[in-house]
Amino acid sequence: MTFPETLRYTKEHEWIILESSDVALIGITDFAQSELGDIVFVDLKDVGTKLKANDIFGTVEAVKTVSDLFLPVDGEIIEHNPALKDASIVNKEPYQSGWMIKLKVSNPADVAALMTAADYKAHIGK
Amino acid sequence: MGAKLIEFGGFEMPVQYEGILAEHRAVRQGVGVFDVSHMGEFFVRGKQATEFLQRVLTNDLSQLDAGRAQYNLMLYEGHHDFPDGGTVDDLIVYCIAPEEYLLIVNASNIDKDFAWLDSHRLPYVSLTNRSDELSLLAVQGQYAEATLQPLTDAVLSDVKYYRFIKTVLAGVEMFVARTGYTGEDGFEICFENAHADKIWNALFEAGKKFGIKPIGLGARDTLRLEMGYALYGHELDERTNPIEAGLGWATKLSKSAFNGKTACANAKASPTRRLIGFELSGRAIARQGFEICTADGEKIGEVRSGTLSPSLEQPIGTGYVEAAYSAVGSKIFVKIRERLEEATIVKPPFLKKERAAAVF
Repeated sequence: MTFPETLRYTKEHEWIILESSDVALIGITDFAQSELGDIVFVDLKDVGTKLKANDIFGTVEAVKTVSDLFLPVDGEIIEHNPALKDASIVNKEPYQSGWMIKLKVSNPADVAALMTAADYKAHIGK
Repeated sequence: MGAKLIEFGGFEMPVQYEGILAEHRAVRQGVGVFDVSHMGEFFVRGKQATEFLQRVLTNDLSQLDAGRAQYNLMLYEGHHDFPDGGTVDDLIVYCIAPEEYLLIVNASNIDKDFAWLDSHRLPYVSLTNRSDELSLLAVQGQYAEATLQPLTDAVLSDVKYYRFIKTVLAGVEMFVARTGYTGEDGFEICFENAHADKIWNALFEAGKKFGIKPIGLGARDTLRLEMGYALYGHELDERTNPIEAGLGWATKLSKSAFNGKTACANAKASPTRRLIGFELSGRAIARQGFEICTADGEKIGEVRSGTLSPSLEQPIGTGYVEAAYSAVGSKIFVKIRERLEEATIVKPPFLKKERAAAVF
């Protein structure tokens, strides 16, 4: 199980990385995909939705269970990952092709304030 | 082996080993082994054994010869908490010899079933609960027979569907039954706990060339649901009767009095709700307890099971709806995260296969 140092993490098992000064990619961690098991559907709030940190931005359905997705920081959803049509990509590549949304981040400094990989590993006891 | 454990009916059980989808495919395309030792085994013997079971179970055991198995329901009647005709459990009855039966019951219902049976026991019937002494493995898939055959001198091709034999397999005396709950060909084998490791290892050695895999409860659920087989705690519970659950074929109203018979006859004459199968048009999965509605959002029922069908790659489910809305082909709507998701009522099995018939 890997937790790239370049990403920031939330207690709810999302990761985030700034692609540019104010646009971030968001997904779920390797730990989260492993706990959920076979992911079959990712249901996301519409592009254009403006949300606050900790708001639900979607849900992820595994065969056996369903889990809400919580936004790491304030922002506006500007893109869904079209590759999620085959949601198993989240199991296979949670940090690469399995990203979920692009977010226009309201305050980019919020990202740096989130958990580091080391913090997150401690949080999940790895 | 990296199993993910969950609490199931008071037992620690593997929900998955490799992953539900991979395990599901292994059973549909090859062979897999389920450890279902948590299920209960009762022995019923004595000169009134048949008479007793005829009174407490729904199917007609009078035609059940030695070596045959039969699906049955056990129903409430005169219980202070539950309606007459409510389901105590569903179970398989194996006739070992005249007036000697093995009952295999659901794990979470063992104590309740035994108490109910014991309270209705006739004088010349002995009832023994051997659930803690016996192991049960289900070997399911098209290579199940090829896996087991080298381990026994018995000719397994002679053991037809819903028949069983007592034989020696891998050096251990056991019951070998051609039963299962996956819709695939396969066997269930029942033996003393002391031999469990030996048998498990023998199965995996013999099945290696067929890619045999251990299968968890997660895939057990997706496999049974694709076939439309009812599962206690979902389609069946203390407040459902077998008529509304579509199990009239296992409820013989033509036989003499049995617990729940009058309630079943009434349910048949004036049905109020009906168990249905449905396929969702979208990708969201309906989960147990979600509301089933009309297009206007009026509640007409509730979901009892739901999953993504790994074979059909489409969300499927079951639920109870008011009888007036239960016609096959009708559109219904499932409330999923405050949205009404369109679904179509279909006649199970969801996965059309040649041999196995749906249980509802």
